[in-house]
Amino acid sequence: MSVLTDLRIGETAILVSLDLPDSVQNYLMHMGFVPNAEVTALRRAPAGDPTVYAIDGMEIALRRETAEAIRVRSANDATSSTVDVSAEKIPGTSNSGRQSKIHEFAGVTR
Amino acid sequence: MSACCETPAFEAPRAPVSGGLRTIVLIGPPNSGKSTLFNRLTGLRQKVANYPGVTVEQRKGLMSGVGRDDLTLIDLPGVYSLTPYSEDARVSIDVLKGKMPGTPKPDAVLLVLDSLHLTRQLMLAAPVLALGLPTLVLLNMSDLMESRGGQIDPLKLARELGAPVAQISAVRGTGMDAIPLFLNQCALPNAVRKADQLLTLPVLGNAASTHSWAAQVSRRTDYRAPLSAENSRRLDNILLHRVWGPLLFLVVVIGVFEVVFSIGQPLSDGFGDLLGHAANLVRPLLPAGWLQSLIIDGAWKGISSVLVFLPQILLLFLFIGVLEDSGYLARAALIADRVMRTTGLNGKAFIPLLSAYACAVPAIMATRTIENKRDRFATILVTPFMTCSARLPVYMLLIAAFIPNITFLHGFLGLRTIVMLGLYLAGFVAAMTTAWVVKSSILKSNEAPFILELPQYRMPTIRSLAMRLVDRARVFLRQAGTIILAVTLALWLLAHIPPVPGQGGHYTAPELADSMIGKMGHVIEPVIAPLGFNWKVGIGLISSVLAREVMVSTMGTLYGADPETQTMHLQTALHTDMTLGGAIALMIFFAFAMQCTSTMAVVRRETNSWKWPAIQFSYMLVLAWVSAFAVNHIVTALFG
Repeated sequence: MSVLTDLRIGETAILVSLDLPDSVQNYLMHMGFVPNAEVTALRRAPAGDPTVYAIDGMEIALRRETAEAIRVRSANDATSSTVDVSAEKIPGTSNSGRQSKIHEFAGVTR
Repeated sequence: MSACCETPAFEAPRAPVSGGLRTIVLIGPPNSGKSTLFNRLTGLRQKVANYPGVTVEQRKGLMSGVGRDDLTLIDLPGVYSLTPYSEDARVSIDVLKGKMPGTPKPDAVLLVLDSLHLTRQLMLAAPVLALGLPTLVLLNMSDLMESRGGQIDPLKLARELGAPVAQISAVRGTGMDAIPLFLNQCALPNAVRKADQLLTLPVLGNAASTHSWAAQVSRRTDYRAPLSAENSRRLDNILLHRVWGPLLFLVVVIGVFEVVFSIGQPLSDGFGDLLGHAANLVRPLLPAGWLQSLIIDGAWKGISSVLVFLPQILLLFLFIGVLEDSGYLARAALIADRVMRTTGLNGKAFIPLLSAYACAVPAIMATRTIENKRDRFATILVTPFMTCSARLPVYMLLIAAFIPNITFLHGFLGLRTIVMLGLYLAGFVAAMTTAWVVKSSILKSNEAPFILELPQYRMPTIRSLAMRLVDRARVFLRQAGTIILAVTLALWLLAHIPPVPGQGGHYTAPELADSMIGKMGHVIEPVIAPLGFNWKVGIGLISSVLAREVMVSTMGTLYGADPETQTMHLQTALHTDMTLGGAIALMIFFAFAMQCTSTMAVVRRETNSWKWPAIQFSYMLVLAWVSAFAVNHIVTALFG
């Protein structure tokens, strides 16, 4: 387990969770920063910060202190869970474990 | 099943039916092309550019672009979800839900999605469709998506969403016929959607479940994202390069000013000659006497002294337009972020500050994208320091009059360009220093996150650039025909009263120094004399509080009214009447002072109190006076 800032340029990881104030978190999630999304560190700004990340086909720049609050795991040991995500049905019919996690999120965003 | 929202394939066109249909809204994520579409559908000219957050308030127009003058279309700021996170997003959500006072509840929705990033964009479809209004989903930029190897099955998508789907390109204007068809079908009876159609919608307000729903929808509709951004990335390898990036940024900025001078100056001179000839053609048609003097020496001289700068201002706007439309602006924000964060300004402040190079009024409105109130006020406070285009005529006039046309680096860099850049830099430094001071004292706040979407590069279209220029020219001409004309006439009048008895019992105009305006000027002279300004400049400083360009027309009128300088070019007249120290001090004064009533009015509106514009005006005035004082004395000591 590591955070987004640990990624070297060109490296890809799987997003695990965001540990940010509600409003920022919600905003980032709508920009595609959701658990299990693939995120690649693309380039650093000429001054070394912010860093541009590729997620969901978009390029989004984040400052270090925001990126530090985003936990990721290595893309290599993630194959099983990514398959899991793609097999997942609409939220209403997904398994109970997943669903409780969703309710947790819903609680957070409210 | 409703007739409207089930069939994605449209029937043959019918005659327009209005039904109960009156108000249509355009909604979509930021930078998805809503305003471009709005302009297409209404024939209006809402500002568009290639970065998120261009539109910050609702804008209404009749849909005459598709022959539906009976329908009102509302363009809204882009949102990612229906949970508001900033003021501009709140406007969109309130209008969409019919909670905006003074705006009728919408009868139908046009949901604009950027088909280059459909998965993420579909996240907005869930809460919008759940509102239960008749909705047409428009997949914008479909031409780009297809040319880059992406694909989507719009029929399947329509079935998934329970709403009709059309592929369009707002820039090229393709696929537009789907919109009037949709509106006609909406107007038919029974066009009310049943909420229970939308069984597959995710838990609302929950980003994770909405995202997985969107991902499934895009998978089931055979969406293949286009080979994204390869060209954009290759370009960014250079434009955001550690060394070349900032260097190219500088070259771009310097290049813009160099062109504005080297190409713009001859254009402006030519235009000036043309305006002079026009005056000479009209002069004999008017009876000699006060009327001729009023029209030619008063109004025409005043207005044309400002109008002369139109070509240069248009050139500047052409460059700003290219930078905005191409998507480079967001990269510039990234390069400059380091500076912004040292001052404590919010990262999002950069784009409003950059747009203030055109005009502070829209820039102050653009600060609505900044969520934190203290951050927003700090940005509003420093925005008028950025060099707006209204300062340009003043700078151009004084530079042309006082700075010799010397070039360096084999003619690639002129001294005049350097002085101009120095003035822009002075404004920028004042803005950043002020920001740092207020952010570390009265407007302290937690550092807000910097989240910036980098749009893909796009080739600016001629149409969009031309529209910007036409609009700019129109604003400029309107200003000349209203404020500048009024001030000029008032000045001419004040320069000709009280009449003095002349030869043969005729009353004639007094000596300029004895006229009303001359007396007023001499009253304020002691305050400005230490800055190296004469009384005419003093009058200019007062009249230009209305708008900065008025300074130039005031000079034109006053020197035109003075028999000694009447026949000279304004530049020559100034040159004989002012010192170099005074001229440079005057430029610095204009760099710092808040000479603009429109800006004060918009600050008052956005902060909801007179306190902020009052603080801003006094602070900037004091800074301007002190700096001009220092500059006058330093320059005079150095160059005599």
